[in-house]
Amino acid sequence: MRKIKELIIEKTLMTSALITIAVTLGIILVLSIEAIQFFSEVSIFDFLTDTQWTPLFTEKHFGILPLLSGTLLTSFIAISVALPIGLTISIYLSEYAPKAFRKAVKPLLELLASIPTVVYGFFALVVVTPFLQGFFPDLAGFNSLSAGIVMGIMIIPYISSISEDALHAVPASLREASYGMGATKLQTAFKVIVPAASSGIIVSIILAISRAIGETMIVAIAAGQQPRLTLDPTVPVETITAYIVQVSLGDVQHGSLEYRTIFAAGITLFTFTFLLNTLSYRIRKKYQEKYE
Amino acid sequence: MNNIQKNRWKDQVFKFWGIFCTVIGLVLLTIFIGDILIDGIRRIDWDFITDLPSRKAENSGIYTALMGSIWILALTTIIAFPVGVAAGIYLEEYAKNNKLAGLLEINISNLAGVPSIIYGLLGLEVFVRIMNLGASVLAGSLTLSLLILPIVIVSTREAIKAVPQSIKDASFALGASKWQTIWHQILPASGGGILTGVILALSRAVGETAPLIVVGALAYVPFVPQSPMDEFSVMPIQIFNWISRPQAGFIENAAAAIIILLGITFIMNGIAVYFRNKWQKKWK
Repeated sequence: MRKIKELIIEKTLMTSALITIAVTLGIILVLSIEAIQFFSEVSIFDFLTDTQWTPLFTEKHFGILPLLSGTLLTSFIAISVALPIGLTISIYLSEYAPKAFRKAVKPLLELLASIPTVVYGFFALVVVTPFLQGFFPDLAGFNSLSAGIVMGIMIIPYISSISEDALHAVPASLREASYGMGATKLQTAFKVIVPAASSGIIVSIILAISRAIGETMIVAIAAGQQPRLTLDPTVPVETITAYIVQVSLGDVQHGSLEYRTIFAAGITLFTFTFLLNTLSYRIRKKYQEKYE
Repeated sequence: MNNIQKNRWKDQVFKFWGIFCTVIGLVLLTIFIGDILIDGIRRIDWDFITDLPSRKAENSGIYTALMGSIWILALTTIIAFPVGVAAGIYLEEYAKNNKLAGLLEINISNLAGVPSIIYGLLGLEVFVRIMNLGASVLAGSLTLSLLILPIVIVSTREAIKAVPQSIKDASFALGASKWQTIWHQILPASGGGILTGVILALSRAVGETAPLIVVGALAYVPFVPQSPMDEFSVMPIQIFNWISRPQAGFIENAAAAIIILLGITFIMNGIAVYFRNKWQKKWK
């Protein structure tokens, strides 16, 4: 009797765990099925090479490049802000800061990551854009610069927190050996500790990029809704995620070609983040046991 | 000699650069909250909380959106909590070192990195269309439950991992079965940690906007949901809607609603941190 009960419980728990597999399969199936139907009407060649994205206009073009360029541009700006600041914070907190300071600052920085993204969007549109317009009068009301900068602020904790953990995990003996050779803290940090923790730092950067590519509300609010193949950060653009939001807010018929465009856009986004996440997982697994 | 001084000088410069970077994050956080407080605090009164949305900014309130968020929160908790904790227990206590465990682990790590809007597309197709739930509170909650599942599972595993082996050994030595050990020893011992993870996951769910927009949550709902099958709006969507309007009055409304949303998020985070600290002391 007890054995049967134990078995039933184990199977129930296993079912719960298997739900996560079902979620992944569900995502892949849903995106693929709708995308395959999309590509039966739009050639994949046009999708990848056309330089215009106008599925909601009468003259329809289905080139993903403008959405992709918008996504990559905002993400690039975000990473340019978050990487130097996040990495410096992690090195400072791990190698220089007094223990009490580190303990007080870490949760505060993590608070940055807990703020809902719609709030960051408000900040980008209402505070940062007008502020930047003071310096660049040509800056449009919607632009990738403000959206990218604010997104960068949002992902600082992702980089600083994971990198700091990696730096902290480097054995003290390496540090002491370096100090013993007469190296300063700075030399030790950049020539010994950072190389030793490089896998963890790379993982944090990949995760931050993946996060930036998938971020939705900041760009939907502050970067605009004009798909445009450009690298100019001062004009309105549209990202893949912002396009999905734009269509979802409108009244699009289920099963129509317009409806399927969001899945075609979605599968493009998913492919990027999936590759990045898998890469970071591989790196993490490969180097996990290095110092344990 | 000169070289040593130069290196020390560089070291000092970097130290101040480090302090500057760390502080700038916090300063931005302060400016940011300060600015929103200035914009919105005067707008908050009892009427703002109990009024329905309206075409006129000064008559608008957050009542339906707030109630929608509470509905979503409650249903998401009911769905994600048992499933996530059960999956976490399975992974930590049952599925060690076999092929399935490896697959589950890489899968969960990947799910945690899937953009939230993709979950919205999944929910739209599976819950709204195939299961025919419509743009209901239930469809929204199911979508958000899947979204926070990886977070709940990972934190459950970490909490269970922290329970000392000696407690399990003692329980088994007294003749307890595996499940008796889990139910009577491991879960009570790791409860604080699990709770911390669940609350953090829920605070994430409260702030989510994009997946609910994709599922079809409305920006303008003149009524409060009465059942899980009703249409709904939530706080972040109401804020998004107000931000996208040109009139200044709505920006003030948005700031005021943000203050309330941030209040909810920070309180949930605070509770989570409290549980974490209380529970950490137990084993150290």
